[in-house]
Amino acid sequence: MTEPTSRPQGTDGAAEPVLQPARRLNPSLIWLVPVVAALAGLVLVLRAVLSSGPTVTISFKSAEGLEPGKTEVKYKEVVIGRVREISLTDDLQGVVAAVELTREASDFAVYDTRFWVVRPRIDTGGVSGLNTLLSGAYIGVDIGQSNERRRDFEGLEVPPAVTSDRQGRRFILKALDQGSLDIGSPVYYRRIPVGRVVGTKLDDDGRGVTVQIFVDAPYDRFVSEDARFWNASGIDVRVGAAGLKINTQSLASVLIGGVAFGRSGRDEQGSQPAAANTAFLLHGDEASALAPPDGEPMRISMRFEESLRGLAAGAAVEFRGIELGTVDSVRLDYDERRAVFSGTVLATIYPQRLGDAYETLSRGSEGETSQTAPAVFNRLVQDGLRAQLRTGNLLTGQLYVALDLLPKAKPAGSPISVEPFEIPTERGSLAMLQTQIADIVRKLDEVPFGAIGRNTRDALASADKLLKQLDADLAPEAKRTLQEAQRTLDSATRTLGQDGGLPQDASRALSELERAARALRGLADYLQRHPQALIFGGPQPAPLDASPVVPPPAQDDSTLQEPMP
Amino acid sequence: MSHVRSAAEMGLIRCHGCALTCADLPAPEGQRRHCPRCGVALRRRKANSLTRTWALLIAAALLYLPANLLPIMQTTQFFDAVDETILSGVLRLWRGGSYDLAIIVFVASIVVPLLKIGVLLVLLTGVQRGSSWSPRERAKLYRFVDFIGHWSMLDVFVVALLVGLVQFSGFALVLPGGGAVAFAAVVVLTMLASMSFDPRLIWDAPLLSDSEPSVNVRYD
Repeated sequence: MTEPTSRPQGTDGAAEPVLQPARRLNPSLIWLVPVVAALAGLVLVLRAVLSSGPTVTISFKSAEGLEPGKTEVKYKEVVIGRVREISLTDDLQGVVAAVELTREASDFAVYDTRFWVVRPRIDTGGVSGLNTLLSGAYIGVDIGQSNERRRDFEGLEVPPAVTSDRQGRRFILKALDQGSLDIGSPVYYRRIPVGRVVGTKLDDDGRGVTVQIFVDAPYDRFVSEDARFWNASGIDVRVGAAGLKINTQSLASVLIGGVAFGRSGRDEQGSQPAAANTAFLLHGDEASALAPPDGEPMRISMRFEESLRGLAAGAAVEFRGIELGTVDSVRLDYDERRAVFSGTVLATIYPQRLGDAYETLSRGSEGETSQTAPAVFNRLVQDGLRAQLRTGNLLTGQLYVALDLLPKAKPAGSPISVEPFEIPTERGSLAMLQTQIADIVRKLDEVPFGAIGRNTRDALASADKLLKQLDADLAPEAKRTLQEAQRTLDSATRTLGQDGGLPQDASRALSELERAARALRGLADYLQRHPQALIFGGPQPAPLDASPVVPPPAQDDSTLQEPMP
Repeated sequence: MSHVRSAAEMGLIRCHGCALTCADLPAPEGQRRHCPRCGVALRRRKANSLTRTWALLIAAALLYLPANLLPIMQTTQFFDAVDETILSGVLRLWRGGSYDLAIIVFVASIVVPLLKIGVLLVLLTGVQRGSSWSPRERAKLYRFVDFIGHWSMLDVFVVALLVGLVQFSGFALVLPGGGAVAFAAVVVLTMLASMSFDPRLIWDAPLLSDSEPSVNVRYD
């Protein structure tokens, strides 16, 4: 510390500064502060700018639950964006939400990304989105696989049943109608839910419904190329020989429908897992799904000249109890030449349902060369195949068409090979029964019941008259006669019982008679031994009383006396 | 205005630390004068006042943009996260009917920093141009800026309090945003700027213009 050498004037009394070595700092170092501030601000702004990703627009039907600046876009519960703005579409039919995605989520703005609004939802598959009750709706995302970028999206109204991050495969089912299937309906394999219906669509030609299903891994490998799918909705009630049988996949499928698949017993082995998007036929029920393949259908027509009441489209066409097909249509025709009405029944049958019999038939007599179905049926018609209407249900009077070989059938005409194949018909059992009953009734009609009744009445009247007459005339007479007879009998009794003369006389006369008979026997014996005595006479006359030669048996008396009273 | 002799002209220098009046003796090369009582370096004017103030003011102005554009805090209530900037918070309060609070926050958080930056800008340019225009009003302005500077940290305190208190995970959560840091930096920088500004410089220009140029006064 050194004292300053000189003091300016007028500074007496003022304190003297002390001197220290100066520490020189560059005054321009202060400019580091704004530079740092600028850098910090730049970093903050840059971070904000850089962290904002692309802005996409998503159109929805309604902005229910969406709030600009608040509604988030979440993927796996991670926020990847936020709704910035909501405006109406140009045609005022919907809303467009402008969504600002975060930087990391810029990969979401690709072609097949799907957006939907997650709201509390109670549907057949359960309850979902409950947390949005408190937090408000948010927009869910399923990231697409495409590389093509896109800015404008169409939002889904319902969440997709399957998101793209799920492992599994999609398959396509062709059905006649949708049944009770809906998006989210379960897919069962051996009653285990293994997938779900992800989409249903009416075919472009309107002739059927295409159902898209998704089967989760690892179950998707059970969908083999020959898998059979059937509609497992509802309850299958069957009354069989074993009693009532109720069959269903699960209680849920009763309510919300479902699809089940399996493999028929025949093709259990040697089938490959089906590729994704393989198309299958969706059968109506398990039985028809697991039935052997129907093969080529064959259209047949039959002409019946009897009432077709009870025969409707869909009625079965059976051959000895095996259902070959169903009736397609029933029409009434008029044959002008014969002036008769006839019903033409068109039906579709599947000859292969005859099974092994069809194979044998189609192999034919020529060995290996297989014959076409019309040829086989031509042969069968020649052998007496006829169609008959039979009663399937006595209560409702429903009819079915029965094909059968009738040995007594009228010979068929020339073979036809055009579609539809015509099968000659025979009156059905019911119709035949009706004719027979009609015959009987007609014969009964011919019986003159009136005349018979009248005659019977006349006969009965005269019989009545006769009886009355007998009662009036004959009865007193008979009574009198009987009284007379009674009197006669009484007097006879009296006569016999008053004195025993008659029996005693009779007894004596009988003794005499016996004695005479004995003498006569003695004479006969003698004459037998001495026939000459007839000529020469006997040495002495035979005593008349008792013969010592042949004494009578002691019991003779008793036997003779016994019948006497 | 009659000429008034300044302390520099009288060869006196006042300590910034303890207001001790010292003799303005020239220091030899490599040496620096210090207050014999409190030890603070003795200067006629604050060191590099204009440069420092400019630098700090520019830094504050730069940070004023992110402070207002970036969210100052993120409040989460029942899965519902909302980012609030200062202005959106004011608007929210206003729409919610808390007009008084909205005005307070608006004044304290938006008007005051802006005012400070503007006033300092005016003071700096005035001093630099050697303007003699109404120095008394400018001095008043400076005092005003210095006074209100203490109140501008309101927002930062609110954010700090909320972040500390509202931490109910799942129900309500408040997180600080980038804007809060920037805003705090703005407030601190403007305070530093107003501190580094030497109000005596306002008077130097009229004094200089009035005094003879022969007077050897060096303000550093």
